[in-house]
Amino acid sequence: MNETANLLIGLAMGLNLLALGSNRLPTIIWAMAAQGMALGVMPMLIEPDFNWHVGLIVAATVAGKGIVIPGLLRRAMRAANIDREIEPFIGFVPSLLLGAGGAIAAVALAGMLPLLPEQAGSLFVPGALASVLTGFVLLIGRAKAISQVCGYLILENGIYLFGLLLIHAMPLLVEAGILLDLTVAVFVIGIIVDRIQRAFDSLDTRKLTALRE
Amino acid sequence: MSVFLNLVARLVLWLLLAPLLPGIINKFKAWVAGRRGPPVFQLYYDLARLWRKGVVLSTLASPGFIAGPAVAWVALMGGALLMPLGPAGALISFRGDMLLLIYLLALARFCTAWAALETGSAFEGMGAAREVSFAVLTEAAIISTLLALCIQTGSTALATMLAPSSGAGGMLLGAGLFMVLLAENCRVPFDDPNTHLELTMIHEVMVLDHSGPPLAVILHGASVKLLLFSLLLTEAVLPLGKLSPPLAATALGAGVFGVTVGIGLVESLLARLAFRRVPLLLTTAFLLCLFALLIAWKGGAR
Repeated sequence: MNETANLLIGLAMGLNLLALGSNRLPTIIWAMAAQGMALGVMPMLIEPDFNWHVGLIVAATVAGKGIVIPGLLRRAMRAANIDREIEPFIGFVPSLLLGAGGAIAAVALAGMLPLLPEQAGSLFVPGALASVLTGFVLLIGRAKAISQVCGYLILENGIYLFGLLLIHAMPLLVEAGILLDLTVAVFVIGIIVDRIQRAFDSLDTRKLTALRE
Repeated sequence: MSVFLNLVARLVLWLLLAPLLPGIINKFKAWVAGRRGPPVFQLYYDLARLWRKGVVLSTLASPGFIAGPAVAWVALMGGALLMPLGPAGALISFRGDMLLLIYLLALARFCTAWAALETGSAFEGMGAAREVSFAVLTEAAIISTLLALCIQTGSTALATMLAPSSGAGGMLLGAGLFMVLLAENCRVPFDDPNTHLELTMIHEVMVLDHSGPPLAVILHGASVKLLLFSLLLTEAVLPLGKLSPPLAATALGAGVFGVTVGIGLVESLLARLAFRRVPLLLTTAFLLCLFALLIAWKGGAR
């Protein structure tokens, strides 16, 4: 179980870098969706015996993060008629290096944290920290609203992964609530993207920094 | 005496086998495109023709113009002799010979760039500038690859480092090294060996003013470098040390052939990248090797 989980988290960390290094919005959305699905099946691996409760949550997470949210984002992208990040605040190479440095630091630092012995060897904490960092870099460094949403979702993936450490203490209902919140948030952002597009004819959030009467 | 015979056999092997690789790549590319293509031995004919020709020397050029390619070729052949050939092992193997390999490759690059600058041509200066600026990233990737292998095997001699496979990070290392191979040998996503347009070339533009035997030496050196990198990639990924000698030799040959065909396939399917996208791809290659290093380090600690 630990091996498979580590493999999936390693995959998620690779997808972080893909999201950081790509200038095509479909690729970022795809990376975010694949990461959400890879992390979504985690509870199944952690819970030793299958029960319908966990199964339901896994199905809802995979469907929500892998199909519904990316679908909404792709729709917003098509409506806004853009598919490239042209001028990010932080360039692609620096953001890749930041993400990779963050991942390495996360792996190095996770060894110092006082974790439960059964979680000491796993990649849960480094993976979570790396995803949170990637989300931050995307949120700060990208100019297009849709990439920022993807950054927000990758950040949430990291927090979700961290939350899995506490899966025995936390009712899965909380997870379900978070998932619902997330879908609503993306829904709202889709509407905002549409508004920005109509008002400014572009999705560049830099245009939102100046106030005009 | 046997050491001497071994040396001669290896030199002859590298001398004769290396120019075969570009031939295979071109033949494969032609096959994919549905053409007949040049013969596999084309580079041998080219080398023989160039060797018989005279040299055109610029009045500006110092002896470095001739010495550069010669030193570069000797450095590359020295690096080739350090490489273990599967079950046959390396000719010379000592602690830390991987550092020597890194420096020999760097020396070869320096000499090619030096000879390019000798002509005083602006185009060649441009090519040399590109070559060395991309090298900053590829060398970092090579160094982290070798470090990963070092940590994994606990040895700094190439012969013992390259015998087992690179384990869990093998996929990462293979992918990273393949990209480095393409960049170092000026292959398609980074440079196009077929074009002769000065503005877009890297390696080809550096050798633009060379002619006759020095050009032959440069071309042969490039093919030696290609074979060296294919060997490095194959030996880093395949567990040759665990196989029986005949099987290991076959696997090595098949691996090098596979890498060559892979280069041909990449060249057939991809177009050259825009220059500003190249650093991104090279950084990716570096990061792949760095993560392989991370896996080797963490995997060893556990």
